[in-house]
Amino acid sequence: MIELTIISWIMAFLVIGAAIYAIETKDLISAAIAAGVASLVVSIMFLVLQAPDVAITEASIGAGLTMAIFVYAIGRTGRWEE
Amino acid sequence: MMWPEYITVAALISIGLYGVMAKKNLMKIFIALSLMETGVNLLLITIGYIPGGTAPIENGNFAKYVDPLPQALVLTAIVIGLSVTALALTLLIWYHSKTGTLEYRRGMRW
Amino acid sequence: MRKVVAIILASAFFAVLLVSFSNIQQADYGEKEYYYQNPINGSYANESVPSHYISNTKNETGAVNAVTAIVVEYRGFDTLGEVTVLFTAATGVSFLLYKTRGGKKRTEANLILKEGSKLVLPFILLTGAYIFIHGHLTPGGGFPGGAVIASGFLLMMLSYPKFFMKERAVSVTESMAGITFAFIGLLGLVFASSFLQNFLPLGDAGYILSAGIIPIIYIAIGFKVGSELSSIADKLKEVQK
Repeated sequence: MIELTIISWIMAFLVIGAAIYAIETKDLISAAIAAGVASLVVSIMFLVLQAPDVAITEASIGAGLTMAIFVYAIGRTGRWEE
Repeated sequence: MMWPEYITVAALISIGLYGVMAKKNLMKIFIALSLMETGVNLLLITIGYIPGGTAPIENGNFAKYVDPLPQALVLTAIVIGLSVTALALTLLIWYHSKTGTLEYRRGMRW
Repeated sequence: MRKVVAIILASAFFAVLLVSFSNIQQADYGEKEYYYQNPINGSYANESVPSHYISNTKNETGAVNAVTAIVVEYRGFDTLGEVTVLFTAATGVSFLLYKTRGGKKRTEANLILKEGSKLVLPFILLTGAYIFIHGHLTPGGGFPGGAVIASGFLLMMLSYPKFFMKERAVSVTESMAGITFAFIGLLGLVFASSFLQNFLPLGDAGYILSAGIIPIIYIAIGFKVGSELSSIADKLKEVQK
């Protein structure tokens, strides 16, 4: 069980780091991709928490489609935050 | 106690709250809202987890399953979140085509 | 000034959340403290809602996966409303983003990406179909399967800038799936006692032709979610000349 605890802490720090980067960077495309990385790691956490249905959904929607529509919308408006 | 998951939840919700309060770019505010939504979903799943339980798919060997009700709730909440985000981004593209900017200055002067 | 206030407020919220989370007990729902009081007659129920779902899913619905049974059978009306929300959002997106010709010229993808995505697309669609057909047996169901199908079409949109979903095909698929869902619900009103109730035989749990109306409804949801999400991604894509 100790390995699982270590992996959970590593995933927690990955998610927090990706979230802070997504908020603080000036490049909006990087921010969208960092939010997608956070979603992907959270989907692995769902798998560890014995929720495989939610893990599949989060991996395909949260990390794939949400990131894609954010990138499309950023491409239509503007890439850089002032 | 499941401290890694709970700390992740608290950090995601607080970081999203900070982004909504401090940022002026509307796209950044929507990214922060999507992070908050991920945090709330993770909170629901974590509360439903039972130590030692397996996924709620009956296989005859295990007697203890995790709570299936939050999982069903979150399964639909993720899809709803995507559709609401898409509608919000559509309104954002419209706003950009009318005003030419995404910075939201006049409303927040504090 | 604004950033400082925001950081202070967010840290205070973080502390409040951590303090409130430290009181949560990961309790087993079979334990004694999980007894619920009935609000109508004041008696204490002998079992909680999750333990009812866990112990009776297989006998009552015939599905092995309890999450699928809750989404489609126990709370099917909620799912119908949720699909309606999805439909409304897709309608709003395509209403507001009418096609404006023009836009920046995008660079062509290279040959390996083009041919590789053409090669991979059938397998992605097959995986999505497998996920939503086996929704009552394995993890998955209509929502993840539809999302996988939509991400397959998204891959085509990324590698071919001029790839468009055929609007007529998308809208026909979507409305047929929605009509199937509502019509099966009405058949439940006719052959059984209430809307969306199971009226087909349950069969042997664990086989693909079992669990009554659950596979049919989940296949309809899979088609509906897949077509709606791919039409949303298609509408948000920048239009090429």
